[in-house]
Amino acid sequence: MASLPAVSPPLWLLAELTYRCPLQCPYCSNPVELASAGTELSTDDWFRVLQQARQMGAAQLGFSGGEPLVRQDLELLVAEARRLGFYSNLITSGVGLTSDRVGSLREAGLDHIQISFQSTDSDISELLSGSRKAFAHKLAMAEAVKSAGYPMVLNFVLHRHNIDQIEQIIDLSHALGADYLELANAQYHGWALLNRDELMPSREQLKRAEKTTNAWREAHPDDMRLFFVVPDYYEERPKPCMNGWAKMFLAIAPDGLALPCHSARSLPLEFPNVRDQDIAAIWNESPAFNAYRGFDWMQEPCRSCPEKEQDFGGCRCQAFALTGDASQPDPVCTKSDQRSQVDAALTAANCHNATSASMQYRTWSASQSIIASTQ
Amino acid sequence: MIDPVSIPQLNKHFRLQWEEAQDCYVLLYPEGMVKLNESAGLILSYVDGVKTVANIIAELTERFPQVDSIASDIEEFMATASAQRWVAFS
Repeated sequence: MASLPAVSPPLWLLAELTYRCPLQCPYCSNPVELASAGTELSTDDWFRVLQQARQMGAAQLGFSGGEPLVRQDLELLVAEARRLGFYSNLITSGVGLTSDRVGSLREAGLDHIQISFQSTDSDISELLSGSRKAFAHKLAMAEAVKSAGYPMVLNFVLHRHNIDQIEQIIDLSHALGADYLELANAQYHGWALLNRDELMPSREQLKRAEKTTNAWREAHPDDMRLFFVVPDYYEERPKPCMNGWAKMFLAIAPDGLALPCHSARSLPLEFPNVRDQDIAAIWNESPAFNAYRGFDWMQEPCRSCPEKEQDFGGCRCQAFALTGDASQPDPVCTKSDQRSQVDAALTAANCHNATSASMQYRTWSASQSIIASTQ
Repeated sequence: MIDPVSIPQLNKHFRLQWEEAQDCYVLLYPEGMVKLNESAGLILSYVDGVKTVANIIAELTERFPQVDSIASDIEEFMATASAQRWVAFS
């Protein structure tokens, strides 16, 4: 048997503080089985996680969820993160944020707040998030974040229902004074995979949005930076997911499950819990974290592929979701014999006539029904 | 061309930090991290918003008299750092 590959330290820690969320976005990256998660970690549990991860070398920290603002101890966690030397990012919908909290988080040492928007229009926002007031509130909070002196990163998750608003999205973000704008197409995991046929933009929509983005960049070379992420289904090679399994990224789920990627809960592996083991043991020794490290686990055509060191065979969760076997090549790759599944989804997206009425919203009860139906 | 009397200042949205685990300086910014090589990290650690480029060249020349190309290395790095928006000059 080949020896285990050398283990590099986790540099990025994603702390998913809770699965609770006031919104119900149908492209949420949380697992569809979120209602089966155990009780949330305590403040002291999180302190321990932060200390152990920092000791191993983690420097970037994301507080995410669900909606992390529903945790009343968020300021305490931010302060501990600052004390330890993390660069901390709050990834929020902005719902539950107030000007006071923007200030108290800044005082606690938070480095950055990323607000995600559904669209530039309160009707579409309501359709997607289930909340009418959310949009106006987000605008106010974006302004509060800016005036508190944080770097401002706005994030719009793109899909067929909002991608044609790309000009308005860029203009609104620019008017709000964003330093960075992420125009990130939904990636089809979790809830987004359930709603894929409803969300996937057409090739034409995508081309137009990319063209608009490029034109804006050329016209404003020293201004707001735009990041455009296409749905990987439209690529011919898979993304280097997480830069390799358990190579630099560590996610801790609300109930303490340690995961090499925030979608990995869907995989049939036994993931360790930070309540039972310390981060070093989890990262270095657990079978789940070693399952897809290096290249020995690969099947053909990945195993002998000259590109395997660039894309690491793509995304394990996507391979599992589409083929039922997580060690298969990511079916996005045109060298995969399962690519036809991705092409079929694209064909559906390009002759689409369904309506948003058939979307499956991310709610606790929807998650419970999904869990019940798979048992 | 970088003016030697200009004062470089770290972009306030970046944080320069020594990372023991990586054995190098890193620049941290929203959801990102740049690992700096030894000379880049060292030069940036002299950027404090007070010293001019000429001051930094003088201090590093004194500290490393054996390195011939130090002034041009620093100027070249400042140009890169400016293009990357890590530093701005006043």
